[in-house]
Amino acid sequence: MKKLISSLLGLVLMALSLTANAQSDVPMADGLRSEGKIYVVVAIILIVLAGLVVYLFLMDRKVKKLEDLLSEKKPSTK
Amino acid sequence: MKNWLKILAVFLLFYVHIGGLLMDVPRLNILNETIRALYFHVPMWFGMVTLFLISVIFSVKYLLNPSVESDRKAVEFANVGLVFGILGMLTGMLWANYAWGSFWHGDPKQNGAAVALLVYLAYFILRGSVENEEQRARLSAVYNIFAFAAMIPLIFIIPRLTSSLHPGSGGNPGFNMYDLDNRMRMVFYPAVIGWILMGIWVTTLRVRMRAIEDKIHDIEDEKTH
Repeated sequence: MKKLISSLLGLVLMALSLTANAQSDVPMADGLRSEGKIYVVVAIILIVLAGLVVYLFLMDRKVKKLEDLLSEKKPSTK
Repeated sequence: MKNWLKILAVFLLFYVHIGGLLMDVPRLNILNETIRALYFHVPMWFGMVTLFLISVIFSVKYLLNPSVESDRKAVEFANVGLVFGILGMLTGMLWANYAWGSFWHGDPKQNGAAVALLVYLAYFILRGSVENEEQRARLSAVYNIFAFAAMIPLIFIIPRLTSSLHPGSGGNPGFNMYDLDNRMRMVFYPAVIGWILMGIWVTTLRVRMRAIEDKIHDIEDEKTH
């Protein structure tokens, strides 16, 4: 059992070091990711997106209200 | 538009904005992390073409069977499509500045897209310059067919005949290598669907607002008579 775990661990470590080697070829924002600061960026973008979506839903409701208002008004004017 | 489609659009866009920033992308020189711009720049163009396609379908429908509703839909789909096109152009220019070295590169695809946008701008100028409502609707429906027919070669055919820095052009294997990357497809296709649905949603809102406007004008006309 212990042997199995250690060999599995070895495999994982090997895979990790392999990807780490591959990563060093082309510069990417690995630092930003490893620090976890990328989540701050994601969260900020999601807040903006959520705000816009909520606003769009509210506008949809407003248009529906106006439509209802008009359909009530229309028969009385005729 | 059905409510579940709106919710699907929102869900897809949330997924795209999380996945687009966090999921793995191919590590390529020059592009580096900017490859993620693909998730946001290209769907704008897919959205534009889809909305323009729906617009031209309503224009044909108008010519076959004139109705105010078809005209309204044709205009608004073209309108929102143009917004997507402008966003696609701006995002493309910003990306080009870092990948190619300048905002305007005179690239065939970039020039073609710019001409296509101008052709569609002329559609709105035409609409604005005709007073009579029926004439305006009929003329602009005919023009819309021309505009769509001009846009397709400008964006999809001419850039492929010449060499270009833009991926997907002749003499450039371009995006094929990352287009075929399945990790990117997982985010890219949802982004395309999400933005198209979002565009249709905004368009339906604009169509409804225009219908309300027309109704108010009708009521006012009845009052004056």
